[in-house]
Amino acid sequence: MNAKVQTVLWVMQRASATVLGLCVLVHLATLIYAVQGGLSAAEILGRTRGNVAWFAFYSIFVFAVTLHVPIGLRAVLSEWLGWRGPSRELVLLLFGVFLAYGGMRAVMAVFL
Amino acid sequence: MSATLRVRVWRGAAQGGFQAFEVPRHASQTVLDVVTYIQRSLDPTLAYRFACRVGMCGSCAMTVNGAPRWTCRTHVDNVARNDALEIAPLRNLPVIRDLVTDMREFFDKWARAKGQFQGKLTRKDEFSVVSPASPKRKQADAGIECIGCAVCYSACDVVKWNPDYLGPAALNRAWTLVNDERDTAREGRLQAVAGDAGCHSCHTHMSCTERCPKHLSPTAAIAGLKRETFFAFSK
Repeated sequence: MNAKVQTVLWVMQRASATVLGLCVLVHLATLIYAVQGGLSAAEILGRTRGNVAWFAFYSIFVFAVTLHVPIGLRAVLSEWLGWRGPSRELVLLLFGVFLAYGGMRAVMAVFL
Repeated sequence: MSATLRVRVWRGAAQGGFQAFEVPRHASQTVLDVVTYIQRSLDPTLAYRFACRVGMCGSCAMTVNGAPRWTCRTHVDNVARNDALEIAPLRNLPVIRDLVTDMREFFDKWARAKGQFQGKLTRKDEFSVVSPASPKRKQADAGIECIGCAVCYSACDVVKWNPDYLGPAALNRAWTLVNDERDTAREGRLQAVAGDAGCHSCHTHMSCTERCPKHLSPTAAIAGLKRETFFAFSK
């Protein structure tokens, strides 16, 4: 693996971890705050539908997951299973696409 | 302290088993004293390696009760559990016989990490003047006392998972040279330490730093290499 690519992957992993840390905090804090008085699914949807700010927030969340998970999984696959080479990269790329698709599908479901 | 020590010693190579010995116990006895007693008085076929006996040469490292240590500087009193010791060869290195490991790969990785100094001055030039107070000199000083005993390499889980991983000692050496302002091979060295088997594979477990008998911090050196590669490659 090219040294530059490896360095870029490392930086993306660190940067996405920082974003994820903040996103998880905001997500949990909102969750705990919002359910204090009891909240129905309809009420949640009422707040998220058409709300561009929440759409942007969760889109960033999904993007960070899409970067972070495959890079971490890449090390796990090589260290635990000894799996390296193009086949691993292809599977990770497909897994990243799956995460982005699944994540954005969930975001769209509460936005539209 | 009981009069005897029960010692289990690894015999064989990759395949083998532990052999039990009873060794008389003395005050201030080191683990190397125990191994030497076994070889000289109980079983002359035991193979082990040592040279200086005073923590300078880095050749007597073994796995003592599960942890890599210099045997010459490890007192039995500090590591024996229930008057028993288990002595095995260093982990992560091929075993030649009994307690002797093949250290070629360990040192080849220093070369792969471009651990050789490359300067540009000749004998006709004046000496370089490096200020002892400069930040780079201090960074180099922090890692320069490594004697290549492979204790850190044996303690490293990443080496176990990825046999190509350069390991803490080679990366620590590279970091001292990256901070050597006389050195001219910086770019190539950063390329060499940033590959799939390089500094970015470190998980920051800090086992190397925990075990280093010289109290160096290869973890800090590796973190420094991660930063430097980022700055070098983002230009």
